[in-house]
Amino acid sequence: MTLRNRWRKTLSYMMLSLTGVCAVLAVAVLFLILGYLFYNGWRSLDWDFLTKLPKPPGERGGGMANAIVGSLQIIFLATLIGLPVGFMAGVYLSEFGGKTFAFLIRYMADLLNGVPSIVIGIFAWTVVVVPLHHFSALAGGLALSLILIPVTARSTEQFLNSVPQTLREGALALGASKWRTIATVVVPAAYRGIATGMILGVARIAGETAPLLFTSLNNQFWSTGFDQPTASLPVMVFTHAIAPYDDWHRQAWAAGLVLLLGVLVANIAARLILSRGISVQR
Amino acid sequence: MKRTNVWVGAFAALMILLAVAEAKVLVNAAGATFPYPIYGKWFDEFTKVDRDAQINYQSIGSGGGIRQFTEGTVDFGASDMPMTNEQISRTKYKPLHFPTVLGGLVPTYNISGVTQDLKFTPETLAGIYLGKIKKWNDPELKKSNPGVNFPDAEILVVHRSDGSGTTFVWTDYLSKVSPEWKKSVGANTSVSWPVGLGAKGNEGVAGLVKQSPNSIGYVELIYALQTKLPYGFVRNSSGTFLKADLASVTDAAAGAAKAMPADFRVSITNAPGKNAYPIVSFTWLLIPSKIEDAAKKKAIVTFLHWMLTDGQKYAASLGYAPLPKEVVGKEEKQISLIQ
Amino acid sequence: MATSSVLAAPSPTGARAFLKRLRSGDEVARLITLAFATSILLVTVGLLYELWIGSALARQRFGFGFLTSSAWDPVSERFGALPFIYGTVVTSAVALIIAVPLGLGAAIFLAELAPPRVSSTFTFFIELLAAVPSVIYGLLAIFTLVPLMRTVVEPFLSRTLGFLPIFKGAFYGVGYLTGGVILAIMTLPFIISISREALLEVPTEQREAALALGATRWESTWQVVVPYARLGIFGSIFLALARALGETMAVTMVIGNDPSIRASLFAPGYTIAAIIANEFTEATGEIYLDALVGLGLVLFLLTIVINAVARLLIIATTRRGSTNP
Repeated sequence: MTLRNRWRKTLSYMMLSLTGVCAVLAVAVLFLILGYLFYNGWRSLDWDFLTKLPKPPGERGGGMANAIVGSLQIIFLATLIGLPVGFMAGVYLSEFGGKTFAFLIRYMADLLNGVPSIVIGIFAWTVVVVPLHHFSALAGGLALSLILIPVTARSTEQFLNSVPQTLREGALALGASKWRTIATVVVPAAYRGIATGMILGVARIAGETAPLLFTSLNNQFWSTGFDQPTASLPVMVFTHAIAPYDDWHRQAWAAGLVLLLGVLVANIAARLILSRGISVQR
Repeated sequence: MKRTNVWVGAFAALMILLAVAEAKVLVNAAGATFPYPIYGKWFDEFTKVDRDAQINYQSIGSGGGIRQFTEGTVDFGASDMPMTNEQISRTKYKPLHFPTVLGGLVPTYNISGVTQDLKFTPETLAGIYLGKIKKWNDPELKKSNPGVNFPDAEILVVHRSDGSGTTFVWTDYLSKVSPEWKKSVGANTSVSWPVGLGAKGNEGVAGLVKQSPNSIGYVELIYALQTKLPYGFVRNSSGTFLKADLASVTDAAAGAAKAMPADFRVSITNAPGKNAYPIVSFTWLLIPSKIEDAAKKKAIVTFLHWMLTDGQKYAASLGYAPLPKEVVGKEEKQISLIQ
Repeated sequence: MATSSVLAAPSPTGARAFLKRLRSGDEVARLITLAFATSILLVTVGLLYELWIGSALARQRFGFGFLTSSAWDPVSERFGALPFIYGTVVTSAVALIIAVPLGLGAAIFLAELAPPRVSSTFTFFIELLAAVPSVIYGLLAIFTLVPLMRTVVEPFLSRTLGFLPIFKGAFYGVGYLTGGVILAIMTLPFIISISREALLEVPTEQREAALALGATRWESTWQVVVPYARLGIFGSIFLALARALGETMAVTMVIGNDPSIRASLFAPGYTIAAIIANEFTEATGEIYLDALVGLGLVLFLLTIVINAVARLLIIATTRRGSTNP
């Protein structure tokens, strides 16, 4: 073998090993991050954290029960608004859309998808907080729903598109009207994918912090009703992480763990649902 | 599927329950981080006193307190800087300023190898924050602190990144003692800092100083105490080096108490007096002169009375000085101005 | 999608025809879903509109000078966007410089070399990284990355490469470099995942042809496969860039919050998203608030442009891939 060929072979071996190193590094980062969070969060999590209200700054103890429930309140509102709107929009794009208008909607949805969440927060502030003169779970939920709608719309459309046309034609041939076909044949066929898309969307907004900073603000107490400032886990993690109190740091880890567990469980569940259903090209 | 239905049902029930639950009167307030430890304590204690009222206080900085008060998104605000006439002109209902406690601002630091309490002159503080004094072993610092082994390290200056009354007090003091500062930077809740890193809230500044070697920041006394950070002596206008404590802070307010203006807007930095700590400020609650919701008004008025009597007892243990008696008397009268 | 119309004869008035069509459930369904879809359009337009009028005062006072001025002085009410644009661009650039080689390398490994089981397991975990909320990255960054940078990485860089202007000066742990590193970690999963898919789309004939011509495995990958998939790879990079530009929480916690323009990567800086997060609730003064909304508008426009380019690239590559026999 000539020298040049030997060099080419060595180079090939080196570079390919290097790519392996890259892959291992990438996954290693993940494990380090999650591992560190789990370790610290696990040590910090206690029963008080899950059941008690926060204490005044500087005092040890207390918990973030109101933040956990508050997050659920805000996410509930966001999904209430966001999922139906997104789903319906996705149905339109896939089943009814003409060429130009659907293209426009799709483009806008992708645009909204890329908008930084802090800008959405500004929008929710001007549209909900200022007119109502209130920080509220409603404003926070609306801001998050604005993130959820385009995500849900596009994923719903994608999975509906993947349903074979023959299914639709068969139903129509049997005399069903179009909307019946969609409701009873197409949507159930794509059900798994649509549900996955929804779960992933909700998991994503569950972790959003920036839009909540000036819409739902925060609260020391339970929030009764959706028109009050509401505590939420991501905001708590933020405020406690940058504070100087060691006990607040401990609680930030615990809150981070709870938040991450929620998000990861949703993600893994969604992927499992999908993998057992129709395999759809991304 | 049935199991998920049960979960969904329970969840929805919880939401509905929360929505219609017996609502206590929830009063929303936001503002200064300077008094946050004591306000947090007060509102926590007050809930036990008046079981129907909950006052939710968010420490977002004095700038935030003023702004949210003006927008009407909170029921009352809190600020370490009195509102200017221009700011007051933009509010719907004129704000009534209620001083709550007195606090001292301390220069807190984290220098490797230095455990002693350092002495700072007004010139050194201005010099550090102007970026003129760049290293810890600068001759000016050595002059005021003979015998201290300063490292040959750059000073990491920490200031506030958010709109802060604490910043106002600090820059107000620097403007009074350093003509150069007054000319190039000025005093406000948010300024154009010549050097340094920004942190959010008193909490953020203390947090950053604690984590960063060779740093200096300005915080309200309680934040240095609670985080066990060292803080220095500051030389006052009479030439005495003083540490902020109950006595020196109270002393600074002594003169102001007698000459308190009717609307309580006053600055007491660099106060005269041999034992007066130079960087002291009142901190105010901004209460609208007209509160439309009767239940909220009752809660707020009850709280103000409580604050001026029982509340003052918590001040000392948290490193704040209680209000002078003359001031309390005048404030009691101002409460009746709330419609 | 022709709507069903039972009668052949046209109706006299438009309104009558409309009402007749309404009787069919299909038309109702179409209108309902159309209404929901239009809401997306309304929200996007509304967003742009609110950002535009919300920044009116600042735009009137500063005009285009807003984009080039580097002042940020609430006391004298002079505001400029340049330090934040600079910080946003610098941190994103650092993030890409770190994440692209790393991500591309990992993607190549997963697409070309790894056995399918290993590849999908690794990909599964990496995609989980993408789901981690930003504030959690920030939490980890404050307590692990910042001390690491301050005690190990930055001193090392300062000692070895300190003659370069980007590594000069004091280091604090927080600053442009740390912001860039955390952004790199956050954008890595996107680059890996999308590049891997782009690489998988390359037909095997391409690889085989290269190998048949005597190329080594690496040469086949680097000189044939990767260029074939380059549009998708570029698309992934642009998407990662768009994400990095808008990233708020993690960066706010490690950037140092200093609105100035410095050459050294060790220096503290500020990004558009970070200053909005820090100062929005407290901007006292109309011009101040409008300046912040103006920054939001700048960021919005930036991400629109980047996203548009990314989408075009990804569309182009999938079209290319599917037209090959």
